[in-house]
Amino acid sequence: MAVQVQKEAFDVGAEVNCFTAGCKDAGAVVSFTGIVRNNADGTLQRMQIEHYPGMTEKALAGIEAQARDRWPLQDVLIIHRHGDLAPGEVIMMVATASKHRMAAFEAAEFLMDYLKSRAPFWKQEFTAQGSDWVAAKDVDEDALKRW
Amino acid sequence: MIDVLYFAWVRERIGLPREQVETSAATVADLVEELRSREERYAAAFADLSALRVAIDQELTEFDAPLDGAREVAFFPPMTGG
Repeated sequence: MAVQVQKEAFDVGAEVNCFTAGCKDAGAVVSFTGIVRNNADGTLQRMQIEHYPGMTEKALAGIEAQARDRWPLQDVLIIHRHGDLAPGEVIMMVATASKHRMAAFEAAEFLMDYLKSRAPFWKQEFTAQGSDWVAAKDVDEDALKRW
Repeated sequence: MIDVLYFAWVRERIGLPREQVETSAATVADLVEELRSREERYAAAFADLSALRVAIDQELTEFDAPLDGAREVAFFPPMTGG
């Protein structure tokens, strides 16, 4: 079990390999990687991610605990960055391990849906014109209703 | 004394990330009313509560929640992680 909130970049491949190596009884590992997307005009210079130290770690651990209650998971990994990021950089990842793929896939989707709307992170986009806080989307809030 | 924290554009509008507030407010909504009446920048930040979220002692809660025993209250816009 691991929740990591960090400024530093991380190696997704190395994290997934390490996670997989630690899950001897699993038959399936699913991972998701979130990347800084450029804006529609391709003018994004950087993204800044603010978070609430203390609450962030608690919220992520709580979301992980909910996932473990719902699916038979061998292990869960959540890594989320904060601070300055450039377009194309990895922001975050989740990985889930289970005996069978269905639980691993579903739990990864659940973690992502909750993490987007219930973990205290805020994205701010910077272009040559200035900065804008990214607005939460209704579709992200609606995504929670399916669970 | 309660530690009041602000994040994202709430922090920008109010102009500081945290402050200590001496209050006898019974609920979060009462605290918001006290802050609103202080200065225009607070009134601006708290103009539309439907655009805000609140946490007491690092747990998400509602604006009608009691402040009884709270050490830390945080105000912020809907979260945009992932």
